[in-house]
Amino acid sequence: MRILRHREALLGLAILVLLVIVAARFPAFIRPASLVNVLNDTSPLILLAIGQMIVILTKCIDLSVAASLALCGMVAALLNGAGVPLPLVLLASVILGGALGAVNGLLVWKLAIPSIVVTLGTMTIYRGSIFLMTNGAWVNAHQMTDSFKAFPRTILLGLPVMSWIALAAIAFFAIVLTRTPLGRAFYAVGGNPHAAVYTGLDVGRTQFWAFVISGALAGLTGYLWVARFAVAYVDVARGFELDVVAACVIGGIAIAGGAGTIFGAVLGALFLGVIKNALPVVGISPFWQMAISGSAIVLAVVFNAAQRRQKGRIILKQVDAP
Amino acid sequence: MSILKKTLVSAALATAMLAQAASAQDVKIALVVKALGIGFFEAAAKGAEEAAAELGGVEIIYTGPTSTTAEGQIEVINALIAQGVNAIAISANDPDAVAPALKRAMDRGITVISWDSGVAKEGRQMHLNPSSSALIGNTIIKLAADHMPDGGDVAILSATSTSTNQNIWIDEATKVLPNYPGINLVATVYGDDLADKSYREAQGLMATYPDLKAIIAPTTVGILAASQAVTDAGKIGEINVTGLGLPSEMAGAVESGATISFAIWNPIDLGYAATMISYNLLKGNATAAPGASIPMGRIGAAVLDDNNEAAMSDPFTYDASNIEEFKSIF
Repeated sequence: MRILRHREALLGLAILVLLVIVAARFPAFIRPASLVNVLNDTSPLILLAIGQMIVILTKCIDLSVAASLALCGMVAALLNGAGVPLPLVLLASVILGGALGAVNGLLVWKLAIPSIVVTLGTMTIYRGSIFLMTNGAWVNAHQMTDSFKAFPRTILLGLPVMSWIALAAIAFFAIVLTRTPLGRAFYAVGGNPHAAVYTGLDVGRTQFWAFVISGALAGLTGYLWVARFAVAYVDVARGFELDVVAACVIGGIAIAGGAGTIFGAVLGALFLGVIKNALPVVGISPFWQMAISGSAIVLAVVFNAAQRRQKGRIILKQVDAP
Repeated sequence: MSILKKTLVSAALATAMLAQAASAQDVKIALVVKALGIGFFEAAAKGAEEAAAELGGVEIIYTGPTSTTAEGQIEVINALIAQGVNAIAISANDPDAVAPALKRAMDRGITVISWDSGVAKEGRQMHLNPSSSALIGNTIIKLAADHMPDGGDVAILSATSTSTNQNIWIDEATKVLPNYPGINLVATVYGDDLADKSYREAQGLMATYPDLKAIIAPTTVGILAASQAVTDAGKIGEINVTGLGLPSEMAGAVESGATISFAIWNPIDLGYAATMISYNLLKGNATAAPGASIPMGRIGAAVLDDNNEAAMSDPFTYDASNIEEFKSIF
């Protein structure tokens, strides 16, 4: 636990260093308004990273998050077009997202198919469903009501609602993960599945709930995304699942499961968010942008591996000693 | 030689038969589209009807498969051959797959041209492009410059850094830049045709260049995302977002004022021009050969290049005056 905390401090430091480097080239980037903008822009990534982190804790992975996001976003836009009031649209997106997650969860739980295969399949199915629903047509700004588009960007106490939702989700899931039996079960199931069974935990059922949470968060983000960019189409958030997994990896969530904190995932998302928002203003050639994002991920993984190796050595030394 | 003779004879016979039939009824021009039920092509059909009314004695057969497949189009072409149409103007789903069927049609004396989406050279007499790279490059700069009487900074928000079409258009735009004194292209950035990345790049442009007067996005995702970013930043009226977009998608941006005008081909003109060309070719008013000039009615004349291809016109400009009419079309 101490090592993990150490790691989060390091990641926080890395974000600060990054901000300083960017500020040296473009001082306006660290103005409060600009930083609020970065937080707001990173909110969808934070929300999905929380869900993904819980799934990864249980030794699974959810590659269908971006597709669920796109499908729920499209359904939200279509419901809005049909005249459904906003609270119901929000509720419907979350429930649909949860249901899509439940499909993943059930396949992993009842049929014991590896999650990477299940979600790779459902990813394509969910995106395909958008095409079937719309025939590839877009839902555009003028087809959405003003309240639908205004909700995520309404400013409350200096922050847009979308940022508040992300902050609320961080607080809520921080409590769930550390203070509730279900939260502890996620760690137990991923940390040592056999031991978890002996303590009376149902591994499959716990994984199922992780997928439902991930799906519901993707559903909520789907509405936020579509309302923010005021457009819904088949390719919304294409490739975003990789950013989400990257945020978790950078945040020190163990891909093998059972280790990692919500603040790690959030910091990982913020780290990527700062890079994504800084690259356009520091005037780096677009040909380098991808290479820089990629290098950050590889560095984080190398750092992860180095840290875990050290941890292993300590255990071996203790075994050797007596 | 004998094959050619045979072809010529059969062509002449067919023409004679068709001419006889035509005296009784109209000249039949088939407008074959990628698939039925697509707004863009419905609009093209409207243009074809307009040309038919102008010419007189022309019957337009608007047809196509129910889904965008080459197989479907081949069936449609075979049916049209059996029906004895005088001309086929096609927007092909596959340039090569439909060529043999179209060749068969030409062998029977049917005039065949392609438009919008081309057919391989041996499968058509000529191809009509909606526009040309040079015309598009010029148009996107002009769209921005028209609303900047005092000149100023403009930036381009493109698709990916490897998108062939966009790169050619940007190249052409850079070439004509000296014709617009005072217009200063400060940056070209890439939104990868992703809404979120394009939005961030537009935000970055606004932060980096405080005097920016226009963002030019020659891609549908980019122009939408940039107009949303400008709207959210409260810079409507300061920064004009323009480029290439679809009326149905851009209606909101034009309404809010983030976009004053944008351009894309006009499908009505395209259907009109394709019909005019087919008519003039089958009536022998023009021949499809490199360098030839084929009249297109009110649009002007199509001048063929070495590949028997021609560009119709500048992309059509959409603004508050016509967006209502076109937003339901495509």
